[in-house]
Amino acid sequence: MAEAVLAVFRGTREGGTPVDYRVPIAPGMVVLDALHYIQGHLAPDLAVRWNCKAGRCGSCSAEVNGRPRLTCKTRLDSLPTDKTITVAPMKTFPLIKDLVTDVSWNYQVNKKIPAFSPRPGTDWKMSQADVDRAQEFRKCIECFLCQDVCHVLRDHQKQEHYAGPRFFVRVAGLEMHPLDNLSRIKSIKDQMGIGFCNITKCCTEVCPESIHITDNAIIPLKERVVDQFYDPLVWIARKFRRSGGT
Amino acid sequence: MAESPTVQLSDRFGATQRRDFWWLQPLAVAIGLGLFAIYATLRAFQGHFYEWGPYLSPFYSPLIDPEHHWWPLSPAVLVLGGPLGFRTTCYYYRKAYYRAFFLDPAACAVGEARHNYGGETKFPLILQNVHRYFFYLSFVFLISLWYDAVRGFIWSGHFGAGVGSFILLINVALLTTYTLSCHSCRHMVGGNVDCYSCAKFGGARLSLWRRVTSLNEHHMLIAWTSLFFVAFTDLYVMLTAMGTIRDLRLF
Repeated sequence: MAEAVLAVFRGTREGGTPVDYRVPIAPGMVVLDALHYIQGHLAPDLAVRWNCKAGRCGSCSAEVNGRPRLTCKTRLDSLPTDKTITVAPMKTFPLIKDLVTDVSWNYQVNKKIPAFSPRPGTDWKMSQADVDRAQEFRKCIECFLCQDVCHVLRDHQKQEHYAGPRFFVRVAGLEMHPLDNLSRIKSIKDQMGIGFCNITKCCTEVCPESIHITDNAIIPLKERVVDQFYDPLVWIARKFRRSGGT
Repeated sequence: MAESPTVQLSDRFGATQRRDFWWLQPLAVAIGLGLFAIYATLRAFQGHFYEWGPYLSPFYSPLIDPEHHWWPLSPAVLVLGGPLGFRTTCYYYRKAYYRAFFLDPAACAVGEARHNYGGETKFPLILQNVHRYFFYLSFVFLISLWYDAVRGFIWSGHFGAGVGSFILLINVALLTTYTLSCHSCRHMVGGNVDCYSCAKFGGARLSLWRRVTSLNEHHMLIAWTSLFFVAFTDLYVMLTAMGTIRDLRLF
């Protein structure tokens, strides 16, 4: 039976090293199956976070051969099994053990985003055309692969100043919602730090739900920030309006 | 079970566990943009061989003060700022050169050199936010280029066409498509609307937004095609003007 060798990172925050495991390859096998085989036969103490094994829960994120991916959606036959396959935890988040990282920072960021705020007495009818755009953003499964690969968080550690692509997706869904009555544009610029994004599109490349994060969420939000803060014509018009009113 | 000789991913520049040729794309982009920049700079400052018959090189359009009455340098220097600014601040090209030249990042999940990263929050990169003004300005250039393309079919007052006439026409068509597929255009025609069914002209804006979106999905391809074709058009006009090649008159 054909075998694959997986170099799985083993360790904690204090340190660790990749350990090689030989796993028999079965038809249709995904990396998460291989990790389960290792847990079941070779290393019962291997820490792996997973839940649905169907690409819906976003729990099994890791870096396979250096690329952030869901291990449950990465088939072994899509990888060169003649070479060792590396499986490492997401680099951006603090390591707990082996492949499990602490992603709780994301939930703290999420709490800071003002929730959906309809105006009082809203008529709860929406045209499908009005919600089409926002529906794409609802596909997000919060796997945080986009946060992991984003170099602003991964390499520059701007967690204090920058919310990351996942939350621009969420806030774009709110800003573009036809019944929402709150502007979050100032917060997107100042608190969420959209200016740190230099639109290099890695978030879009790794999204397992194929959400066009950069083109459909981040750039439209950047344009809305420009509308409000960097458009000299709008700025002059506002000045005139203000001076006319006083 | 054996410990692998590899070590955990470090923070050093270029550190990655990726096995693919991740460096190929930034290298190709650096070569492509670099060659264009060198060619365009040389041609812009050359100030010769930019017109032949009814053809005018797109680098010199609109043609201002070709007789040097008040402008001592090449006429192209007067006009190149517009297209250059539009391309430099373009959302696609930003991605391309941030990766290829700034290596920020060179590729996804590849380590970067440490520096005081400010993204587009500080001068000078905060100026990328003026992209929409270059978008407005680009229409001045498009009008001029369309005029040149139509003029390319008029030979001594009569309708006619050479190979160059069609090259000029394809060039301006590609540049128009590039301009209309721009992200700022997409925002302005309807991207800034939250409720199409409530907004004035909402239906028309939604329809327009969808059309621009379908173009915008190919913005990268259009950006490269139009970039190389504009250089090719200039090269064609230059070689024709120099007498190196002969323009084939079709009718």
